[in-house]
Amino acid sequence: MMEALLRISNLTVHFDTEEGIVEAVDGVDLAVRPGEIMGVVGESGSGKSVTALAILRLIRPPGRIIPGEIRFEDKNLLELSEEEMRPLRGSHISMIFQSPRTSLNPVLSVGWQIERLLRLHKKENPKTARDHAIQMLKQVGIPAPERIYHEFPHQLSGGMCQRIMIAMALVTNPKLLIADEPTTGLDVSIAAQILDLLKEMGERTGATILLITHDLGVVAGYCTRVAVMHAGQIAETADVSELFHRPLHPYTLKLIHSIPRVDVDTVMETIPGNVPGLVHPPPGCRFADRCLLVTEDCRKMKPEMKAAYGDHLVACYAAEKGMEQTSTIADDIKK
Amino acid sequence: MQKEEPRLRLTRLQIFLRRLRRNTLSFGALIIILAITLMAVVAPLISPYDPNATDANKTLFSVSLKHPMGTDIFGRDILSRVIYAARVDLLVALVATILALSIGSFLGSLSGYSGGWLDHLVMRIVDTVMSFPSFVLAMGITAALGNKLINVVIAIAITHIPIYTRLIRGEMLHIREMEYAEAARTVGNPRSRIIFYHLLPNCFPPVIVQATLAMGWAILTVAGLSFIGLGIQPPASEWGYMTAEGATYIVSGEWWVFLFPGLAIMITVFCFNMVGDALRDILDPRMRGIR
Repeated sequence: MMEALLRISNLTVHFDTEEGIVEAVDGVDLAVRPGEIMGVVGESGSGKSVTALAILRLIRPPGRIIPGEIRFEDKNLLELSEEEMRPLRGSHISMIFQSPRTSLNPVLSVGWQIERLLRLHKKENPKTARDHAIQMLKQVGIPAPERIYHEFPHQLSGGMCQRIMIAMALVTNPKLLIADEPTTGLDVSIAAQILDLLKEMGERTGATILLITHDLGVVAGYCTRVAVMHAGQIAETADVSELFHRPLHPYTLKLIHSIPRVDVDTVMETIPGNVPGLVHPPPGCRFADRCLLVTEDCRKMKPEMKAAYGDHLVACYAAEKGMEQTSTIADDIKK
Repeated sequence: MQKEEPRLRLTRLQIFLRRLRRNTLSFGALIIILAITLMAVVAPLISPYDPNATDANKTLFSVSLKHPMGTDIFGRDILSRVIYAARVDLLVALVATILALSIGSFLGSLSGYSGGWLDHLVMRIVDTVMSFPSFVLAMGITAALGNKLINVVIAIAITHIPIYTRLIRGEMLHIREMEYAEAARTVGNPRSRIIFYHLLPNCFPPVIVQATLAMGWAILTVAGLSFIGLGIQPPASEWGYMTAEGATYIVSGEWWVFLFPGLAIMITVFCFNMVGDALRDILDPRMRGIR
C-alpha cells in the first residue's frame, strides 16, 4: 500500500457542554494517500466537519482533541506546538468552507486576501504576490481577474466566491486541501462546475483533496476513495467503485438505497431514526438502533475496523460474520 | 484596473451621501459641523479682531455691526473669541475621541476575541472606571494630573475608553464566530493579525456611530471642565470658560457675554448627536428604505 500523506489514528474529539460530554468524533481512523480525492460522507452531525477542523487543530473550547495521532507526512500534528502548527495551516494544509461568501472577509478585497496569504506564507514581495494572485484568479476561471481583484465578496456571486476560495486555498501549493461541503450553498449547475474545477486544480497542483460531503452522488462522481461516517465513527472505508458495488456496512447500504432514482418506480427509502445523541452514546455500535441486522453483540461492544477485501475496511459484526448475507442485499440493490 | 477603483469608491460615496441627504435635518447638521470645523481651521483669516486684544474703551459693548456678538469685560470681541475657541474645543474632543477609540478598540478586541481571564480582567477594570460618574472622574483626573489642557484630553479619553471597549468586545464576541474568522484561522494567520487586521475592521460600523455621538459628549465635558476652571489657561478662549465668564453678567443684563459661547456649545453638540443618529440609521440595514 502506498505511504499515506495523512494518517489519522484513533482521533477523538469531545465537547464539554452543560448536558455532558458530547463525543462528536470517536476513535476515527483514516488514511489519505497522495494524489487521491478522498471522500468523507455522512449525515449532518456525523462529525465530518469536526474531523476536518481537528486535522488543522482548530477545535476551540469547549471542544478538545483527545490524544490520538494525526500523522501528516512525517509529523504528528497533535504533538506540534502552536508555533509549529501555524505555518502549516494555509501553506501545507488548506481548507475551503461550505458558504463561500461568508468565508471571505467582507472588508477586504478578494485579490488582496489572496495576496496577503502569499506574503504571509511565501514571503513574496507585494509586486510578485499581486501578479501571482491575479494569475491564480485566472486559473480558477475568474473572468477579468484584474478587475475582480479589487471587488469585495458582497459584489460577487456565490460561485465566484467559491472559485476565489479555491484560488486562495491552492495558491500556496498545499499538499492537502480539505473541502468541507464546498457546494452546499450553491445551485446544482454551479456546484458541478466547482467540483470539476476542484478536481482539475487538484490534478494541476498535485494537491490531495479530502472532500467532505453528504452527497453520495458527489462521491461517486469525483472521489477515488471514500470513508462513510456515522455518529462520529467511521463505518466503512473503500475505493469508490468497490463501495458502490459491494457495500458492507448496513448504514452504507441504507445510504446508497436512499439516493432518489428516477429510472426505477419506487418510493425513496429513508433511514429510520436519527443519529443517536452523542452525549452518552450507547456503548456498542452507534448504528444499532437503526440497523436491520442488529444482534446482541452489536449493543454490547463497539465493532472494530476490519479489512474485508484488500483495503476495504468495515466496522460491523454482521458484515464480518455473514459477509454473504449483506452481499446478497447489496446484489439486490445493484440490480 | 487602475481607473476602475476610483469609480467604485465614488459610487459608494454617492450612495452614502444619498442616504444621508434623505434625512434633511442630519444633513444640515453635518454641514454645520463641517462649517464649524472649517471656521476653526481658518480662524485667523475670518475673525474680525485679535481674540486676546483688550480694549479698555470698549468693555461690555452690546451686539452691534462692529461687534456682532458684543464685547466682554476686557473689551475683547466675542465673535473672534468664539471662532478661536472652536479650535480648542474641537481639537481636544477629537484627540480625546481618537485616543479613547484606539485604546478601547485594542482592549475590546483583545478581550472579546480571547475570552477567559484576560477578558475578565479587562472587563472588571472597565467596570471600575464606569462605576464613577464620568464628569466627576474627568474632573478628578484633571485636578490630579495638573491643570493643563493635555490633561483634559487624557481625562476625557479615560472616561470614554470603557464605551469603546465594551462595544468592540460585544461585536468581537459575535464576529469571532463568523466563518471568515474561522477561515482566517485555517490559513495560519498569527493571532494578532486575525484580531486586528481581519476582525477588528468588521467591528467598526457601530463604533463609528458611537464615536460621533461621543464627540458631542467630549465637547460638553471640555466645556464643563473649563466652566469650573479646569484645563484652559486664560486668556485663551474656550466656549465653556467664556460661558463661565459671562455668567457673572447675566444679572446685570449683559446677556451676550454668556449667550453666544453657550449657543456654540449647544449647536455643536446637537449637530454631532444628529449626525450620530443619522449614521446609525444609515449603517443599520434594518432602517434602510424606511425614510
